[in-house]
Amino acid sequence: MSKLESKIPKGDLAKKWTNYKAEQKLVNPANKRKLDIIVVGTGLAGASAAASLGELGFNVKSFCYQDSPRRAHSIAAQGGINAAKNYPNDGDSVYRLFYDTIKGGDYRAREANVYRLAEVSSNIIDQCVAQGVPFAREYGGLLSNRSFGGAQVSRTFYARGQTGQQLLLGAYGALNRQIAAGSVKMYPRTEMIDLVLVEGKARGIVTRNLITGEIDTHFGHAVVLATGGYGNVFFLSTNAMGSNASAAWRAYKRGANFGNPCFVQIHPTCIPVHGEYQSKLTLMSESLRNDGRIWVPKLKEDAEKIRKGELNPGDISEENRDYYLERRYPAFGNLVPRDVASRAAKERCDAGYGVGSTGLAVYLDFKSSIERLGEDKIRERYGNLFQMYEKITDEDPYKTPMMIYPAIHYTMGGLWVDYELQTTIPGLFAIGEANFSDHGANRLGASALMQGLADGYFVLPYTIQNYLADEIHTPRMDINQKEFIQTTQEAKEKLEKLLSIKGKQSVDSFHKRLGKIMWDYVGMSRSKEGLLFALEEIKKIKQEFWSDVRIPGDPASVNVELEKANRVADFIELGELMALDALEREESCGGHFREEFQTPEGEALRNDQDFKFVSAWEFKDENEPPILNKESLDYEFIEIKQRNYK
Amino acid sequence: MDLTLKVWRQKDASSKGKFETYSISDVSKDSSFLEMLDVLNEQLIRENIEPIAFDHDCREGICGSCGLFINGRAHGPDYETTTCQLHMRKFKHGDTIVIEPWRAKAFPVIKDLMVDRSAFDKILQSGGFVSVNTGGVPDANAIPIPKEAADEAMDAATCIGCGACVATCKNASAMLFVSAKVSQLALLPQGKLEAQRRAKSMVAKMDELGFGNCSNTGACEVECPKGISIAHIARFNREFLKAKIND
Repeated sequence: MSKLESKIPKGDLAKKWTNYKAEQKLVNPANKRKLDIIVVGTGLAGASAAASLGELGFNVKSFCYQDSPRRAHSIAAQGGINAAKNYPNDGDSVYRLFYDTIKGGDYRAREANVYRLAEVSSNIIDQCVAQGVPFAREYGGLLSNRSFGGAQVSRTFYARGQTGQQLLLGAYGALNRQIAAGSVKMYPRTEMIDLVLVEGKARGIVTRNLITGEIDTHFGHAVVLATGGYGNVFFLSTNAMGSNASAAWRAYKRGANFGNPCFVQIHPTCIPVHGEYQSKLTLMSESLRNDGRIWVPKLKEDAEKIRKGELNPGDISEENRDYYLERRYPAFGNLVPRDVASRAAKERCDAGYGVGSTGLAVYLDFKSSIERLGEDKIRERYGNLFQMYEKITDEDPYKTPMMIYPAIHYTMGGLWVDYELQTTIPGLFAIGEANFSDHGANRLGASALMQGLADGYFVLPYTIQNYLADEIHTPRMDINQKEFIQTTQEAKEKLEKLLSIKGKQSVDSFHKRLGKIMWDYVGMSRSKEGLLFALEEIKKIKQEFWSDVRIPGDPASVNVELEKANRVADFIELGELMALDALEREESCGGHFREEFQTPEGEALRNDQDFKFVSAWEFKDENEPPILNKESLDYEFIEIKQRNYK
Repeated sequence: MDLTLKVWRQKDASSKGKFETYSISDVSKDSSFLEMLDVLNEQLIRENIEPIAFDHDCREGICGSCGLFINGRAHGPDYETTTCQLHMRKFKHGDTIVIEPWRAKAFPVIKDLMVDRSAFDKILQSGGFVSVNTGGVPDANAIPIPKEAADEAMDAATCIGCGACVATCKNASAMLFVSAKVSQLALLPQGKLEAQRRAKSMVAKMDELGFGNCSNTGACEVECPKGISIAHIARFNREFLKAKIND
């Protein structure tokens, strides 16, 4: 059983990071040149880390599966990035950002990590501005802020609805500069397929070149995973098509503990599924809930007629509309937190009141806001979102209500890391969405970008040196030594096994089946019975996958089906762990809602007595269940409360 | 709707490619163009034919991975749209759709509809950034920037690097792509210091990589999915000229 050492520095909360930096070991410039660092993934966390480590003088090897590092899925983030700048003079502070984040996470995150995140948040904005990121500005020339869910202050910086794109292009620019300088070697269209351990330490990776199919190995004194989340376990999500969990999953199977796998964020306002052929879901910014009212028909007959196309939403009179969020949560109305809004939509649709051709949609109606404010005002606020909606659905939201439905958006869980962002495997670090660390059981809007860049620019470049300082005498290893050859062999055998099945069913057909089970039983609402059923079903899918998947084509060239099969094989296993984790956590908190644990009003019922811990799962053997290690969460500096939004 | 697709198939960079014709039926008008190709690929897998390779990732019109030449137009018939945001309702029952990869000397075909756009990365590596290290930078509000300049910089910065401008240009010129980056950074005080050096080295790299010259036809602007204006090319030329005069 691995021991979980969080390595939280001693001292007052506000001094921990300062004390850590004062006492940590550093690597001198001459020695940095002798050390190799592998960074997998080039999103906000990966690109910022690789660039910063390159600037410091380390030899960095950076990997991404996309054709260019600029295309990592951080690019799609819309809303903004939080920082405790307090430019609007509205009472923000490091402490307040820290507190909002801990509370938003439903008291399932580590205090010291979250405080550090809030502490470095201001530096991120400075850094991005220096790089030429064109944040929104006021006429006076200073930076503009907007407000976001879960906060009483305006601390969100933004670049139109494309904040993620602009921040990523900033980090990509910094990365490009290091590539040109020769301190970072870039490997695009290259996917990590295994992790190499030598004497218990992470020492390299096995990769597959997605163009030639070549399997290679790379040595690093340390390995950093910045490979994002695992939302695509659900098949349909707001993630990119290629977003996958394989790097993290291979690390898990090599001994890294996996933290809180069941903590998944479901975003309430996405464009609904339109049919069997749908490949992904598109988010509509949560800011829309400021002016839109959510409703479904009050009468089942009306809902049925709408689904058949016999009635339009405009035909439903005011008294026959059920504004169910306003009804159930009079205090917060349409602005309840993401998890609550999502569950309420599912409840109505499951009960037969859903709209759209599939019945899995609710209305987000701007009629009363347009009457109150005028169409121009609404256009000014949400014009680009309305336009995107119209492109996808061919409906004009100024005239007819939008249809929305919840979708998988983000995963709070991930590889367990200590304060130094190091996993339970020495020398293996995980940053950004790939780790579990900062968001607890629910992430606040505009905090994912903050965490990715905090880890990459300002945390990892420090903490990794504390590890590398003891590695300066380790010479670069020969990739022909036995550990590298053996791991490569195992990875190759896995691919060969997949190719040898020559079955009848496509990879996507398995992925869709897995996704449906996960969505129905390990999604917004979970129960013991459902989770046990899901575990059985996932086992069946796994067995069938390994005996009947069909992968046409040649492995020694571009082979998209092989890439997908390799990822889906891991999604299936990870799905199983998510269900198991959800089963073990007999409480409701944040995005994890267990039907058995709710208040009489149907609200999430946390159990701090028995579940105030991080679940860190340890892989043993293919034939044995994983071990559950627990890191107790001790709140020294804040008082734990029940969230209430009635 | 039922469609006939003429799709460019090419085994790899060194093989010769050709068009293959496929029929597909019952396509939903609400599906996206790439979802239609997903369905076709499922059909091909069932028939034990290798599926068609094409680049795509976010499917939200922002990552810039996708890019198909559809019926002779970059990203197809819709305006200010990436291929992934193009929907089948723009076509009708019985249509024949011709699908090709980007064609440009600097973007060699990898397989089928996938091309190698790493030349874009190389251009940006030659100077498409502000030379600052992590840490030690001034407070974000220390340098006020006129809103108009920030907004115009943002207009340029929305480029997704898809390559439609190159694919649609008869000279396969990368001027719109390069000018968007040069212009974004030249408009901001942070980037102004290096503006001339940047323009010079990016032009040199662009020429070296085999992109053609700009002859001001404006086709790039028409097909750009983000509506980036050729006014940025004018600013880029200005920076380049200044640099040359100073030489």
